Amino acid sequence: MNEFFRKLLFLPEQASTFAAGVDHLHYFVALTTFIMALAVGVLAVVFIALYKRKSETQTTPHVEPTMMIEAAFVSVPLVLFLLWFAVGFRQFVEQDTPPADAMDVYVMAKKWMWKFNYPDGPNSVNVLRVPAGRPVRLLMTSQDVIHSFFVPEFRVKKDVNPGRYTQTWFNATTPGKYEILCSQYCGAGHSIMRGEVIVMPPAEYQTWLDNLKRSPLPQDGLNTDIEKVSVNSSLAEQGRRVAAEQGCFKCHTIDGTKFTGPTWLNMFGRTEKLITGEKIVVDEAYMTESIMDPLAKIVEGYAPVMPSFQNKLAGPEIAALVEYMKSLRTDTARTTPPEGPLYAPVH
Amino acid sequence: MLQSTDGSPQTVAAPTEQASYLTDGTSVMSWLNTRDHKRVGVMFLALVMIGFLIGGVFALAIRVKLLQPGPFLFDAMTYNRLFTLHGIVMIFLFMIPAIPSGFGNFVLPLMIGARDVAFPRLNLGSMYVYLLGASIALWGMIHGGVDTGWTFYTPYSSTTTTDAFPVILGAFIIGFSSIMTGLNFIVTVHTLRAPGMTWMRLPLFVWAVYGTSLIQVLATPVLGLALLVVGVENTMHFGLFDPTRGGDPLLFQHLFWFYSHPAVYIMVLPAMGVMSEIICAFSRKNAYGYNMIAYSSLGIAFVGFFAWGHHMFVTGQSSVNAGIFGVISMLVGVFTAIKVFNWVGTMYRGSIQVNTPFIYACGFLYFVVFGGMTGIALATVGLDVHWHDTYFVIAHFHFVMVGAVIMGFLAALHYWFPKMFARTYHDGWGMVAATLIILGFNATFIPQFLLGNAGMPRRYYEYPDKFQALNVASTTGAAVLALGLVIVLIYLVVALVSGKRCEQNPWGSKGFEWMTQTPPTTSNFEVIPTITTGPHDYRTNDNSAAYGIHHV
Repeated sequence: MNEFFRKLLFLPEQASTFAAGVDHLHYFVALTTFIMALAVGVLAVVFIALYKRKSETQTTPHVEPTMMIEAAFVSVPLVLFLLWFAVGFRQFVEQDTPPADAMDVYVMAKKWMWKFNYPDGPNSVNVLRVPAGRPVRLLMTSQDVIHSFFVPEFRVKKDVNPGRYTQTWFNATTPGKYEILCSQYCGAGHSIMRGEVIVMPPAEYQTWLDNLKRSPLPQDGLNTDIEKVSVNSSLAEQGRRVAAEQGCFKCHTIDGTKFTGPTWLNMFGRTEKLITGEKIVVDEAYMTESIMDPLAKIVEGYAPVMPSFQNKLAGPEIAALVEYMKSLRTDTARTTPPEGPLYAPVH
Repeated sequence: MLQSTDGSPQTVAAPTEQASYLTDGTSVMSWLNTRDHKRVGVMFLALVMIGFLIGGVFALAIRVKLLQPGPFLFDAMTYNRLFTLHGIVMIFLFMIPAIPSGFGNFVLPLMIGARDVAFPRLNLGSMYVYLLGASIALWGMIHGGVDTGWTFYTPYSSTTTTDAFPVILGAFIIGFSSIMTGLNFIVTVHTLRAPGMTWMRLPLFVWAVYGTSLIQVLATPVLGLALLVVGVENTMHFGLFDPTRGGDPLLFQHLFWFYSHPAVYIMVLPAMGVMSEIICAFSRKNAYGYNMIAYSSLGIAFVGFFAWGHHMFVTGQSSVNAGIFGVISMLVGVFTAIKVFNWVGTMYRGSIQVNTPFIYACGFLYFVVFGGMTGIALATVGLDVHWHDTYFVIAHFHFVMVGAVIMGFLAALHYWFPKMFARTYHDGWGMVAATLIILGFNATFIPQFLLGNAGMPRRYYEYPDKFQALNVASTTGAAVLALGLVIVLIYLVVALVSGKRCEQNPWGSKGFEWMTQTPPTTSNFEVIPTITTGPHDYRTNDNSAAYGIHHV
């Protein structure tokens, strides 16, 4: 049944945990659309046949709908549409909420390529390797204009904006190769800004990752000038170097001491009170924002003195810096399983 | 306010076939400097049809390129310019002004028993402002063109190497024309209704155009603002949308869709108004659920303002926002469904005759039901994620918006052509062309729904080979659609030159606009009529008494 409808509607393979649910709603919506349309169409045709004009001087009675009919005209579509919405909105919220144990990959989009950074080492251009059966969260930003990350087989899509991070996630179910398409118009190369997700069986993925760490073999795809961070060192380690180069340690400590700026130790996931009185949780988005636009949200007890690093840092460098700050935590702060990165949902 | 438009007192000579707005001054200047809403309407129609032709040629060029998945005919930049210009020309030069500025101008004062619109000079001015904006935009298209897509998304539009400024300026200026016409209609409906023409006796076309005018006046300034800021950003680099200087690219999308979503209803509502008239006229029935149809026009105009966020579900918008925008978008669907049910209800116990305009009305019902339902499907939020920015969206809005406008425009053209020129066209050819157009439209866009399902993103110059078969099918459909439109053009030009003269009311319609002479005199009525009943009252054949319009 599922396969019949999927082929009938030209839908691609269902290769993520979302896909089947989204498609089932799709079938239901398509079916009810056809039933409603058929009902309206048949009724119109019946009326046209039944009430054909009999003479040029024919008169007709004045007919008005009763209250009951009017109520039905409003409530039938309303109830049906809200039913669709109830199902669809649940799915959207699910797609918008990465599970806590998701594996992170940083995505940098640029005219006209995709770059993927893994927190634990490798990075690659246009090829994203992920293990099957494990949720993968993508933290995405763009270096120039708006792009959009789209994998039809996963039923996943999210815009990739310059100057801010967006996130999406998926859990690929079936090993194989799936095309990544840019779906937000971005200029002459828009239609060739395509990449590939390679979903590997978990064991194979682990082998690939281990081999990569051991040997300095070239990565997937092309090495290009956007690779300001070197390959094969862990992202957090790259972040530490970026911090040192940029002079972050003049104001921020990593040993828990408060200085001009807050210490980075255990900062990730901490709840802070802003000078506006508002409370926030320090997450990737807040850290990124504070690097780009430090004066937007000042934590109580600190002076608004930090300079912006907008234009001074490339996307991957920011990603590395954020990853480094996330890595600075004492054991007591570790609340999630040790193998996964500490994660606080972005609200 | 009731004065004749040429300023001279009306002489009491009985109107003859010769004395009509068409013969009242035949020099070119008498047209170019007219104050007559009917002449302005006819000139607007001629202009928007030129726009339709240009936009159609762009569309065909795109479709021919897409026969091949790889590079073909022209390069990517040319392709990007073509789809941008197709969108801009069709939306700003054709669909937005087509029905309100063209047919609205012609029939609205006739329908409410007025001698003209409230501000005849402003009305003529609106046409020249449109002409100026259209000329600048077309000039910009020839000199370099623009490749941003009609949506002008920043920061692409503020960094593009093409010269977007003239086209943006053109669209900005056309916006003023839209506001001027909208304002004029609002004041006209409020102040120039004939005695007895209460709000609940207004023809449903007037209700629809009134709702449209409210949107035009309230929303178009926001487009003006957004375009102005993009123009400034593009030429002077202010950085408002530039994240590297603290700007926000998504701000533009909010401003843009705050206009451009209601703009969909600027295009669709008048077409819905046309349908209300035509279904009544060809079913010889009063509008079933008149109040509901009238109020739903206002309902669409109102909730249309709060639905813009559904264009931004995948931009990183929060789930809460997405949910709110999703539900509001569904209300538009409910209002539309109310209209659809009532139109079908209007046929019940009617006296139905199928002529060319009625075929378009049936096509309209079909496109609005399917296109509208796909819109609701997109508003479920979850399904939008897969469909967003794919050909599914292209097919959806071509069905519901373009399909509705083309059906509405052609239906209106065929319904009111005799009123405008007192000539008839060949109804047989009319029905053949209408069938071809509806079939061609389906053959063009049904494959695009499937392409979207399969995952083909929009604005793709090159595409994966697996999408070729559906693209070829779509292009074939576009050829049939174009053939249908060419047939319409031919027989209408023939009819204009040598069509059979027709009587005052060839359809036997009881729409008020048919109660005056055909074609109308410059001042529309000998004596301003007194209205005693609602429109489309087919209980009797006696027009003068029961109907209420007393004309000589």
